[in-house]
Amino acid sequence: MIYKRDPKLIRDVLGNKIQFILGDMACVYGGIIAGVSFFGGYPITPASEVAEGMARMLPRVGGTYIQMEDEIGSIAAVIGASWGGAKSMTATSGPGFSLMMENYGFAVMTETPCVIVNVQRTGPSTGQPTLGAQGDMMQARYGTHGDFEAIALAPSTVQECLDFTVEAFNLAEKYRNPVCVMADGEIGHLRERIVIPDEKDLNLIKRTEATIAKDKYIPFTNSQTIKNCKVPDFPTFGTGYHTYVTGLTHNEKGFPATDKQKDHEKLVKRITSKITDDADKLVKVEKQNLDDADIAFVTYGASARPAETAMEIARSKGKKVGLLRLKIVWPFPEKLVSKLAKNVDKIIVPEMNLGQIYHPVKEASCGNCEVEVAPKIGGEMHLPDELLKYLGVKN
Amino acid sequence: MVEVNTAEKLNKKFLREGMWPTIFCNGCGHGVVLEYTFWALEELGWDMDKVVFASGIGCSSRLPGYINADGLHTTHGRAIAFATGIKAANPDLKLVVFTGDGDCAGIGGNHFIHAARRNIDMTVIMINNFIYGMTGGQLAPTAPLGSIATTAPYGNIEPPFDICNLAKALGANYVARWTVNHPYQPIKSLKSALEKKGFSLVEFLAPCPTAFGRRNKLGDIKKHWEWYDNNSILIEDYERIMNYGTEKEKESIKHMFPIGVFQDIEEPGFFERYEKLVNRLMEKTKKPIAQKAVVRK
Amino acid sequence: MIEVKEDWCKGCNICIERCPVDALEQSETLNKRGVRPPKLKKNNECNYCRLCELLCPDMAITVIPEEIKKDEKKSLLIPVGGRKIK
Repeated sequence: MIYKRDPKLIRDVLGNKIQFILGDMACVYGGIIAGVSFFGGYPITPASEVAEGMARMLPRVGGTYIQMEDEIGSIAAVIGASWGGAKSMTATSGPGFSLMMENYGFAVMTETPCVIVNVQRTGPSTGQPTLGAQGDMMQARYGTHGDFEAIALAPSTVQECLDFTVEAFNLAEKYRNPVCVMADGEIGHLRERIVIPDEKDLNLIKRTEATIAKDKYIPFTNSQTIKNCKVPDFPTFGTGYHTYVTGLTHNEKGFPATDKQKDHEKLVKRITSKITDDADKLVKVEKQNLDDADIAFVTYGASARPAETAMEIARSKGKKVGLLRLKIVWPFPEKLVSKLAKNVDKIIVPEMNLGQIYHPVKEASCGNCEVEVAPKIGGEMHLPDELLKYLGVKN
Repeated sequence: MVEVNTAEKLNKKFLREGMWPTIFCNGCGHGVVLEYTFWALEELGWDMDKVVFASGIGCSSRLPGYINADGLHTTHGRAIAFATGIKAANPDLKLVVFTGDGDCAGIGGNHFIHAARRNIDMTVIMINNFIYGMTGGQLAPTAPLGSIATTAPYGNIEPPFDICNLAKALGANYVARWTVNHPYQPIKSLKSALEKKGFSLVEFLAPCPTAFGRRNKLGDIKKHWEWYDNNSILIEDYERIMNYGTEKEKESIKHMFPIGVFQDIEEPGFFERYEKLVNRLMEKTKKPIAQKAVVRK
Repeated sequence: MIEVKEDWCKGCNICIERCPVDALEQSETLNKRGVRPPKLKKNNECNYCRLCELLCPDMAITVIPEEIKKDEKKSLLIPVGGRKIK
């Protein structure tokens, strides 16, 4: 049985248009709406509910769910399913994300689209399994060995868990790169109201399949059907293209070419430029009260919620505070933050870690303004009063 | 006039142009396994568009590069997990996994165990040369007691891994072990393994004169191939002597490798069971269970 | 008679060692790799068992049966390599 996406069946299985569900379940809904047909997972708190939800719903829409033996097997099966033609995803947390890094690099090198949901928890090591954190943001960018570009989104609400999972599939299919949805334990285990989008409001993207004649097809070069597109056409296994896919440095035909410096440079530069060329299109942020702000919060994910409250309290007391919430965290919107740094006196970066996104913010500010990090670790979100202290405002 | 398939014809059909001759050393058993696979595939007459080859890392992982079909060359030890995913996305594809002794029994042990337990429909061809050949000759989990390797310079003190008995215990549908010296039995066995639904394992004891042979006084290719002749015994004979033989006979065969077909059963595979589950769910009325989930929590 | 792809031969000599009727020997010429590919001896008893073809790790030997030949020894096993009887 090969999966075929049926919008009516999907909506029958998901149920009412407006529901009150967990953040993890919203990721499940997002995946099913996007047309996922393979989920390979392994239980880990706080992401087990994603696997449980998929186990209940995916067979009902005709997809395949396998609980693999470990996280390494999960991501391997996800990549294999993608080559078999399926939209595939997995969900894990910090320790599992660390295990998946080798095969994440394999997905980058072989240009395989897939989605990884990381419901972050405190670390390092086992940490506090049931409490949330944002400590994997740098790992999403630099986790695996070698040079690569990453795409990562950070949802702040349960509705965004759903929307961003759908968006993650679109980005993965468009750029043929793995995409991470960096939720955290707070949002993952939070219940909120969601609205399931209508079919006509969706813009689902599927990978460009290879249709060119078999003797003219070149697997790892610019697209042969779309002009000026660095993303190659996808030769699904079983369609007769006899492609050889390898994690070794390869030439355009896919065969190993490990002894020339120029081959490796050409390959890695093409793979990274797929995303760096489109850096302007991959900027997705929310701006609040930035036009006349003296101090700005630059934040993402769960930390944006107390930052928003702190901003509103400060504004009511007359302090000019603004908020820039990053929806797509990687690639990092350098130009936007640079411009912001020239207009404000101070940027504060509240994060549930000891300072990770603080570093690219500081780099982008180029010394034009003061940048301070507001760290909080231990599984609790910031309280608005704590953030007001950074602003110098008394409540 | 009889029509005979020759190596020449098989070359044209199955090999990738320009990739031959192989990188394997002379006297290596990997090329022979590849040849047996070609003969078995030719006998079966499969459509090569629908066959996918997966492999891990090592000398055995180079084999899919020579075959004119879709190939996935993955990370060390994870080929079986990748193959599970490919099969899940498109159950009409036929999976063949080439893996080595370190790749399958070392780092990939966990994935092998669970794929065999689940009875995923694939054929795993494990080429066992008792050493990590590609990286220079380090110790492998299947190496016999006392053998020398670069990371065991004073002799191996670990008992070897018997993967065929493990697969048999896990309930794999077809388990066999052969040496590469005599062609007819392995080719027939490969045919049965490829045709079989469910998990099939065929282990090949292949010589590695460069890494294993040289360090264990078997550097001469002729001597090394003969070592396999003299030290393998059919599983039926092995069991007969172990059960009913004299002490002297048992002593003489204790160190030999039993070869032959270990298990040949017909249990349903994972995807057959999964398809039944999906059909059962699709037939029920379309009452959404999402609401039930909220109430239950 | 046999046909040998000389550039593919790696000189492992497995065909020569394993021929059951000892019909092969090394040739005098060296190929591109510097090894001597096999050739049939002058007085050979090749009975077309095709073991050399089945065992060669590089698929470099092809055995071609001849129509006009000396008394063919009937082998008890049918080569599994594929005699398709029309």
